[in-house]
Amino acid sequence: DDKLLTEPLKHPDFFSVKELFTLKDLFDARVHLGHKKGCRHRFMEPYIFGCRLDQDIIDLDQTMQHLQLALNFTAHVAYRGGIILFVSRKRQFCHLVESTARACGEYAHTRFWQGGLLTNAHVQFGPGVRLPDLLVFLSTLNNVFEPHVAIRDAAKMNIPTVGVVDTNCNPCLITYPIPGNDDSPAAVELYCKLFRMAIIRAKDRRRQSEAVEEL
Amino acid sequence: TLRLIGTTTAVLRKNAGASGSEKYTEAFIKKQIEEFNLGKRHLANMMGEDPETFTQEDIDRAIAYLFPSGLFDKQARPLMKHPTEVFPEQRKIQWGEDGRPFHFLFYTGKQSYYSLMHETYEKLLNVQKHQDQLVAQDLPLQKEKRNLAGSRWLTKIELEEMLLEKVSDDDYSRFIKLLQKLVTMPCADIEEKYIQKFSKEVPVQLQKVVIEPLQYDERGVAFSTGEGKRKTANATAVVYDNGTGKITVNGIDILHYFPVLQDREQLLFPFQFLGRIGKHDMVCTVSGGGRSAQAGAIRLASAKALRSFVTEKEVEFMRQAGLLTADPRVKERKKPGQEGPRRKFTWKKR
Repeated sequence: DDKLLTEPLKHPDFFSVKELFTLKDLFDARVHLGHKKGCRHRFMEPYIFGCRLDQDIIDLDQTMQHLQLALNFTAHVAYRGGIILFVSRKRQFCHLVESTARACGEYAHTRFWQGGLLTNAHVQFGPGVRLPDLLVFLSTLNNVFEPHVAIRDAAKMNIPTVGVVDTNCNPCLITYPIPGNDDSPAAVELYCKLFRMAIIRAKDRRRQSEAVEEL
Repeated sequence: TLRLIGTTTAVLRKNAGASGSEKYTEAFIKKQIEEFNLGKRHLANMMGEDPETFTQEDIDRAIAYLFPSGLFDKQARPLMKHPTEVFPEQRKIQWGEDGRPFHFLFYTGKQSYYSLMHETYEKLLNVQKHQDQLVAQDLPLQKEKRNLAGSRWLTKIELEEMLLEKVSDDDYSRFIKLLQKLVTMPCADIEEKYIQKFSKEVPVQLQKVVIEPLQYDERGVAFSTGEGKRKTANATAVVYDNGTGKITVNGIDILHYFPVLQDREQLLFPFQFLGRIGKHDMVCTVSGGGRSAQAGAIRLASAKALRSFVTEKEVEFMRQAGLLTADPRVKERKKPGQEGPRRKFTWKKR
């Protein structure tokens, strides 16, 4: 059992996450398009490649690195049987995100976030609840263009976060930020596909390893 | 609901399950059911009846006999019911052995409601896709209009029962709007089965008041009866056909029973309205109330009796004239801190 858990940690890319996407895929899905210059957040400046006709362009090389780290981390969490919670407050992608979560066998929360969900879980749900082990944000802002409450709550509860940060978002409290577009349908579909494939791969690997161990 | 000071809304919102969820496991409920069945057999033995055919009513009677209670609240008295009725269904633990919740929307808090919204939105997308396909193939969209008049949507309480979870007013209205949007689409016929789960038939025919047919007494004269109430007065009237306009109340002629003209006018109003003053005889009995109340009661009773003699149109005219409606006004109670129902005590500045 120990061997099952320690074995993946020895390799830098145990689940070969780099093969899931290429730079061209990201470009075709319009991941590099940011908001206008006026909406730019100060802490996003390192991730921005440049500005054309007042629209910010995100540096896809950095996005590639961050995306690879984030997918690797998600895959490891899924391998160890952790609970992954997909969060997004964008109304257009609510259905997509929920279906992705259902397909992976993980959980989603694309609705109104009640105040004490993470911090007051034992009162809300009942004693003995298990909190999520990873929060994946497909969009870090809520409908009022403010940072989602879940980022702060996850930081309070020591839950690691993976999040797609756009040019108007604050990447501070997110453990694995992914600078990229969070408004285009093509980009969000790409992210959903990548996360889904990573999680399913990790779970299959786990089942294979357990079967091998039993033998 | 009580508003506790110094607590959050989460505390108010938590259901019995949140504090007692350890008890409501599957094993616990099974144990409760076994204990209930054993107890039922013991009770039957105690009462000297057959344990096999001991129904719930017998149990209730036996408990009421063995543990007589003078408490007013029926729910506070000793109770022995099947565990599925006692323990609310929803509050079983929602996660498995390893701690992973069963439902993929568990962390939202309102999993059944949001999964319902998710499904409904999926149906909407299906319909849109179908529509797009038809438009792409240049086929005409179906125009069969769904009959909206005879059906109504589920009420909030019915939805709560269906989902086994509390639904707020905003959530309910949002769900209904989504359903309406789904229904107004042209190709919504594909999802008929799904929509029918949330709509109920409204019986189009309102309760039609059945007008009794005429009865005939020994002499062959047609008559009919009617009952009326006003304040505390109860009256029954028997109206005979081929009469001379004689009216008797409690065996006394109206001129002697109602000396006041206003009361007699009230009695004659139904006949005057229909233009049948000299054509009918009436025998009435009345009790309770005062002078005016008795007159009003007899008026209502005679109007009800006259419905059998008259065409449907004239019945509708009578209804619109207010002859067939019982007057709901009763004496209002006196409230504490006031002189009467409305009059307050004299206000003194000092």
